[in-house]
Amino acid sequence: MDVLKLVWLIPLLPLVGFLINGLARNYLSKAMAGLIGSGVIFISFLLSAWVFFSLKDGQAPIHYFDFINVASLKIGFDFQVDQLSSIFLLIITGVGFLIHVYSTSYMHDEEPKNFAKYFSFLNLFVFSMLLLVLGANYLIMFIGWEGVGLCSYLLIGFWFTNNNYNNAARKAFIMNRIGDLGFLLAIFWIANKLGSVDFHTVFANAPDPNKFSTFDITGITLLLFVGATGKSAQIPLYTWLPDAMAGPTPVSALIHAATMVTAGIYMIARSNILYTMAPVTQTVVAVVGLSTAILAATIALKQNDIKKVLAYSTVSQLGYMFLGLGVGAYTGAVFHVMTHAFFKALLFLGAGSVIHAMSGEQDIRNMGGLKKYMSVTHITFLLGCLAIAGMPPFSGFFSKDEILGAAFAKNPVFYIIGVAGAMMTAFYMFRLYAMTFLGEFRGTADQQHHLHESPKAMTIPLVILAILAVVGGWIGIPEIFVHGGHRLETYLAPIFAQSNALQERNEMAQSKEIMLMAISVVAALAALLYAWNKFSRYKKSTEEEKGLGKVLENKWYVDEIYDAIIVRPVNAIAKYLNNVFERKGIDGFVNGIGRAVNYSSRQVRLLQSGQVGTYVLMMVIGILVLFIVQLFL
Amino acid sequence: MEIKYYIGLALALFCIGIVGVLTRRNAIIIFMCVELMLNAVNLLLVAFSKMHAATPMGKAFPAMVSDAQIFVFFIMVVAAAEVSVGLAIIVMMYRNTHSTDVNFLNRLKN
Repeated sequence: MDVLKLVWLIPLLPLVGFLINGLARNYLSKAMAGLIGSGVIFISFLLSAWVFFSLKDGQAPIHYFDFINVASLKIGFDFQVDQLSSIFLLIITGVGFLIHVYSTSYMHDEEPKNFAKYFSFLNLFVFSMLLLVLGANYLIMFIGWEGVGLCSYLLIGFWFTNNNYNNAARKAFIMNRIGDLGFLLAIFWIANKLGSVDFHTVFANAPDPNKFSTFDITGITLLLFVGATGKSAQIPLYTWLPDAMAGPTPVSALIHAATMVTAGIYMIARSNILYTMAPVTQTVVAVVGLSTAILAATIALKQNDIKKVLAYSTVSQLGYMFLGLGVGAYTGAVFHVMTHAFFKALLFLGAGSVIHAMSGEQDIRNMGGLKKYMSVTHITFLLGCLAIAGMPPFSGFFSKDEILGAAFAKNPVFYIIGVAGAMMTAFYMFRLYAMTFLGEFRGTADQQHHLHESPKAMTIPLVILAILAVVGGWIGIPEIFVHGGHRLETYLAPIFAQSNALQERNEMAQSKEIMLMAISVVAALAALLYAWNKFSRYKKSTEEEKGLGKVLENKWYVDEIYDAIIVRPVNAIAKYLNNVFERKGIDGFVNGIGRAVNYSSRQVRLLQSGQVGTYVLMMVIGILVLFIVQLFL
Repeated sequence: MEIKYYIGLALALFCIGIVGVLTRRNAIIIFMCVELMLNAVNLLLVAFSKMHAATPMGKAFPAMVSDAQIFVFFIMVVAAAEVSVGLAIIVMMYRNTHSTDVNFLNRLKN
């Protein structure tokens, strides 16, 4: 049987799970809700794997029905199943399934009703994300794009009784909306120029200067990139992601690390030919990505909340992916999405396990020495840290070095800054590791008494993800080590063929390539050892940070700056409009009409004196007037 | 006699009627003034009918001329009925208020 006929089941199953869990949440037991929630994702995963292995080259989009059919604009509900989307299918359903399983244990203290609600939101998220990557035109992608934004909002504000969490959810939603507007405008622009938003039509016509002028293509790609900065947390719209850590930790792992935030990278990788045609945008993407990577890394150096460090590290890694896209290393960016999904999901789930053991404590200054108590979490977390720090032969090394190598080929300055970022990554990750797992325990005696390894449902996903984080990079071993080792590049070649044909490849000498790798690894290793050495002996101190440290601890005061230049003026304008425009203007106008009618009717009423004589007089005058009009006018 | 004398008389009667209605407060006087106006119009109808009877048009169609004369009788009959109703109202009004002053009749106001 041809499995491609069953592709529609992959997103449909999570939708069914969402409906069952959402509608029957008052009647389902926790075990049932967890089983349904995880089960549908598991079946989707099996189908995705089947699709992945039975995929053939040149797969045409699968048409289901006409979605929009207005005049000359026809948009079908089509699915595009190819190499790129099947890799994302595997990441989403695979990592998604592990996180669902993990959640059954992590969320066990919730009431059954909320437990089922949580799983229904999670399933809805997976559905939207699958729609996003399966869509064969920008519109279907946009539906998924909006869907994941909504689910992100719902899950960040999952514990909605806490108002801070609600504010974080709103912040995420609003910032995403700003980006979405850019995406939407780009879709309109494409539809206006081409009369179609289908991927194959757009990409086939992209190199045609009669269809798209340089201005059009630069504008479209920049607007798409605005969309990507919102969803994938890049400068200037990145501040929502660290706040999004208000949600439950598995949500942070799935949505705000492994899948949703990579939607922007997927979108640009999908539109690679447009970006290749617009070198200006490519430079913008690379510069924004690199500056985000550096900025977020510097902030992560001084954060003390275990999830905040990981959040800024996510922002930073996303920056690397955009750097990869900007320098034309599309395969490298997708590769990094994949390895990042493994090790960042692992790190978040590890952090969740730690938070679980610490009874909700998230401040790493109050941790330390957890190595003794939770060995599985410790080992898997260490592997995750090594992977993200780019140590060979862990997965992060291969993907990050591919991006950095491509950056060097484009511009050595990018490479140097990138390596500085990688050093910081190694430093803050091992600061986090050392402060959490090494040294002496610094929490309260009560917490120490309660420390325990997490249950199997949490540790097994950790182990699986740890294995993936270690070996995941081996599908993309550079040519210089193993001939034909870069399986991923071969696999993805059809997707990026058009772009690769257009951009010249700078073949580097092998010695140079090895030297570049050696530099970045040695730099990261030095930072790693320094952090390990320094923070494994960390003592709690009450001393305040001074100078640059204080600025970094306060995240460069970006939130405060946004607050001052955007939020407060907008609030002030809103207040002014409410008080003056709304109250005095619109309300005044409406009330004024009422008052005028009231006043004039009071005056007119005086005519009704009740004096018969007056009425008759009026009548006579009226008749006279009529006569005069009739006779003389 | 010329028609203008009839018109002058009818106008005089009509104006007396209007002035009476406007200036007097006694309901019976007002009522009489209304009748006066009505009869001024009747007078005009009859006068014009007679005038038309003398024209060639009136001689060709005598039925049309007599129509107006009959019309006047109808008006008189209706006026008689109206007078009986009107007087009955005034009697009821007098019973209730012990007065025939129309200005006293603004009780529905407010």
